[in-house]
Amino acid sequence: MVDTLQGLAAGFAVALSPGVLVYAVLGCVVGTLVGVLPGVGPLAGISLLLPATFGLDATRAIVMLAGIYYGAMYGGSTTSILMRIPGEAASVMTCIDGYAMARKGRAGPALAIAAVGSYVAGTASVVGLMLLAPPLASFALRFGPPELFGLLTLGLVVLAYMSSGPMLKALAMAALGLLLGLVGIDQMSGYFRFAYGMVELGDGIGVVPVAVGLFGLGEILATAGRATPPEVIRPRLADLLPSRREWREAALPIGRGTALGFLIGIIPGSAHIISSFVSYALERRIARRPEEFGQGAVAGVAGPESANNAATSGAFVPMLALGVPSGPVPAVLIAAMMVHGVSPGPLLIQEQPALFWGFIASMYVGNLVLLVLNLPMVGLFVNLLRIPYPLLYPAIVLFCILGVYAVNGSVIEVWIMLGMGGLGYLLRKLDFETAPIVLGLILAPMIEVTLRQSLSLSGGRYAIFVERPIAATMLAAAAALLLLGLAPLVARGRDWRARLPLAGKGDGAP
Amino acid sequence: MTTDRVAGLALVLIGVYTLWESRVLPLGSLRAPGPAFLPMVLALVLVGLGALVAAGGRSAPRLRTLHWAEAGHAVAILGACAFAALALERLGYRLTMALVLLFLLRVVERKPAALALGFAVAGAALSFHLFHTLLRVPLPRGPLGL
Repeated sequence: MVDTLQGLAAGFAVALSPGVLVYAVLGCVVGTLVGVLPGVGPLAGISLLLPATFGLDATRAIVMLAGIYYGAMYGGSTTSILMRIPGEAASVMTCIDGYAMARKGRAGPALAIAAVGSYVAGTASVVGLMLLAPPLASFALRFGPPELFGLLTLGLVVLAYMSSGPMLKALAMAALGLLLGLVGIDQMSGYFRFAYGMVELGDGIGVVPVAVGLFGLGEILATAGRATPPEVIRPRLADLLPSRREWREAALPIGRGTALGFLIGIIPGSAHIISSFVSYALERRIARRPEEFGQGAVAGVAGPESANNAATSGAFVPMLALGVPSGPVPAVLIAAMMVHGVSPGPLLIQEQPALFWGFIASMYVGNLVLLVLNLPMVGLFVNLLRIPYPLLYPAIVLFCILGVYAVNGSVIEVWIMLGMGGLGYLLRKLDFETAPIVLGLILAPMIEVTLRQSLSLSGGRYAIFVERPIAATMLAAAAALLLLGLAPLVARGRDWRARLPLAGKGDGAP
Repeated sequence: MTTDRVAGLALVLIGVYTLWESRVLPLGSLRAPGPAFLPMVLALVLVGLGALVAAGGRSAPRLRTLHWAEAGHAVAILGACAFAALALERLGYRLTMALVLLFLLRVVERKPAALALGFAVAGAALSFHLFHTLLRVPLPRGPLGL
């Protein structure tokens, strides 16, 4: 504990130094803009802005990118409440009751509850991250290839299980992503796979062009042609304060959303999206007057908003402690860390304490910055949506091309983005979720190497995965989830996802 | 034909294609997998999942009921991106991006010529200045130094 506090003190010294603080604030502001704009979610936003961090040192770059991530989480709620447009997928649930509150003239309190809930959840879950990551990292030093294989497999299955669509489709997308992740030089034998003579594909297909293509360009292809932006409800600054009754109704859902979001965030999967769905379902289930949900229930805003922000910090636990991405956004952040010469994993805390603790401290600072900045500036951010979409999307296309090209200075990446954009558009039309593709792409090389290393260790015996307790537990959990997820297929029952109230599913829906 | 059936069949085809392409790589054995092992396993999984999606897709919406109103825009945007990929290193960043923006604004969105031209030139120049000059991200220059 003393080590943790000492580390945190050193982290605040880093985070509050003007050179880092300015990038934390910049990341939060840019992230909020990213969250506000429909079509540019946190994943595409981070991918697009990755080249902008090339000139920075690792600490500043990671602090800024993390600021963009949780800034986008904040920003997404604004458009959900005021326009019924989820700026990013995790805000879909906020649309339902947030917009209903706005229609009743309670837009200001809805925004304030979302902001305070996000702040409380963000700050509390950073405490969790701070306390959990170091011991988990020490524990993970015991992991060998079989344990890592088990963890990675579990991560993929959890993502498929927790996805908002049918599990069969999510598994198919994960398999497709895994196949894409095997393009390039085989790390064990040196064979060139599926590269068709393109040297640029030797290192495999990059995460950034795939993420930008599927999430950025794909969204634009699906929404271009939209004529005018919808009506915006504009709250006055004086109307922001919720009533005493609203605070009372929000308090417990904020607490539950925080705990639930953090726990879901730690589990590999598309945490921040799922957490808001689960939180909404929970609040509705335990509410005294469930009929108020959909009509402007305060808990319907407070719970999901807290949950998705807590999950954002929770997702950093496996990323920082194990070096394992728990979803597409941490995957891109890991790629960004690698660009800057930092390898996240169990040794990060020992080898780069300034970066680790500076990052943790900057999250406290970032949450405070977002709370202070966002409420007074809500009108300004919303004005962005007054820019006609026919002017906005060409600018986003420009940033997609620029961001993808700049990562490696290669037009092959632009072609990959183009292909992925088309694929993302078609998959959206056919009602497939695209997040498992990105996670599969990232995990494929790790899964393959750990599988083959495990078999080398055991002399080709698959029993190694059963004999080692941690690996066996994780693989058993993955198998159980797989069976649980596919059971409705056999029983012809309805999937639990189908029972979630998705009345407000909109643009950014997963 | 329903959307799930079309998607399922497409996944089966991708799986079969991957199996075909993997044939040139050493498969190895179950005990010592080679570079083709995992691709083949995954391709088989994809074929199986694709078949299941197709088989269970009777109740999915029919393909012809989907709205494709935005498809024209989508094709135009993809075309603009393809042009950018072809031209970026030949014409340089600024000229390529100005042409892409001009095409999207003037031809696709039918904005007034002056607005489209101004937006295109300013967008290309400002983004170049921000990323290349201020943030030192290397971006290609064309034959005229643009």
